Amino acid sequence: MAFLEVKNVRIAGMSAGVPKRVINNMEQFNDYSKDYDAAAFVEQTGVLERRVDNIPTSDLCVPAAVQLMNDLGWEKADVDAVLFVSQNTDYILPATACIVQERLGLSKECYAMDIAMGCSGWVYGLSAALSLMQGGTIKKALLMCGDAKRRSQYDGPLFGFAGTVTALVYDEGCSSIKFHLGTDGGSYDAIIIPDGGARNQVTPKSFELEEFDGKMVHRLESRMKGMDVFAFGISTVPKSVKQLSEHFGIDYQDADYYVFHQANMKMNNMIMKKLKLPQEKVPSCMYWFGNTSSASIPLTIVTQLGDKCQDHKRFLCCGFGVGLSWGTVVFETDNLVLSKLVEVEEDKNTKWV
Amino acid sequence: MELKDFIANFAEQFDETDVNEFKPETVFHDLEEYSSLVALSIIAMINEEYDVTLKGDDMSAAVTIEDLFNIVKSKM
Repeated sequence: MAFLEVKNVRIAGMSAGVPKRVINNMEQFNDYSKDYDAAAFVEQTGVLERRVDNIPTSDLCVPAAVQLMNDLGWEKADVDAVLFVSQNTDYILPATACIVQERLGLSKECYAMDIAMGCSGWVYGLSAALSLMQGGTIKKALLMCGDAKRRSQYDGPLFGFAGTVTALVYDEGCSSIKFHLGTDGGSYDAIIIPDGGARNQVTPKSFELEEFDGKMVHRLESRMKGMDVFAFGISTVPKSVKQLSEHFGIDYQDADYYVFHQANMKMNNMIMKKLKLPQEKVPSCMYWFGNTSSASIPLTIVTQLGDKCQDHKRFLCCGFGVGLSWGTVVFETDNLVLSKLVEVEEDKNTKWV
Repeated sequence: MELKDFIANFAEQFDETDVNEFKPETVFHDLEEYSSLVALSIIAMINEEYDVTLKGDDMSAAVTIEDLFNIVKSKM
């Protein structure tokens, strides 16, 4: 059973970077798929606007990290670890976390690693970072999570770009952070980019369009069995929340805020209803930012709870999606530092390989 | 679980289609209002009312409303 309890580490702050450029779904994608109706899409998914630009994930995370370290008063030299959770890394290799170490001016004595997870990625990344830190030798760490879906030019009206940073600090005696984590690899193809990995190499055929779920897609862009993912979300998330509560003997109804991965409004409303949660405790940002993969939980906290977390707060968060993979976490914060949203423009000056 | 109730629940997921169009033998994929978003509402309704989690393949395999009823019944 993948339950985990980590002591002596707390979440000190969060920040988020998004492209400055706004896409409005009522004005775009009128021919997205054969039965696509923009007004019905916006009404049912709850996604009106998204931020999309020619900016990779790390370019959203780096300025957000600078802002957060500034707001926390952290010195660069104090950061002992940086984890980068994304399925849209800068390159196939090296790991983006290594490049970020240099870009942020962190010490060469810094632990840096990428984690390839999607919508469950913030919870998974948090579990990995906290486990790394609970020994007490790594005192401060940055967890970067996000996806700027730059593997193809055209990624539909649901997904937006965002990169987030969560600051973690070793603090003896703080309240523990509890997890339930799960996996169903039997549905590995529910959300998949079929070509470009080692299973199916890139060939000219990878670029040929084929019909999938009513849309024309090529084999280097992600495709999703929407109904399967929907059914997975509405059944698995409530179960995971209840499993975590039972295992640790807590009442999930006690939290101040419930922050779920921003999949789409239809799915999230169903989850909220099944868990009998009051809407005012379930913040959402998908109307303005869409589904932002592993960034969605911290992005929701940063943009919706920016002035509401000065005192003690109890959170329950759940990420779920590609893998299939899911993770639920409960944690408490005191004076959580939430940076102002960082809006990023395309960098045309830096020369990259 | 009654077919009559299932059809009523099924019909509730549509806004514009005349309620008399929903019969056991209705080929629901051919209804003008049927779309992938309506399909999600049907999956949610079945999950909530019957505690059955359908997949996209189950929705494709069912031709008529009664076919879908039988798939749900087999999973209960």
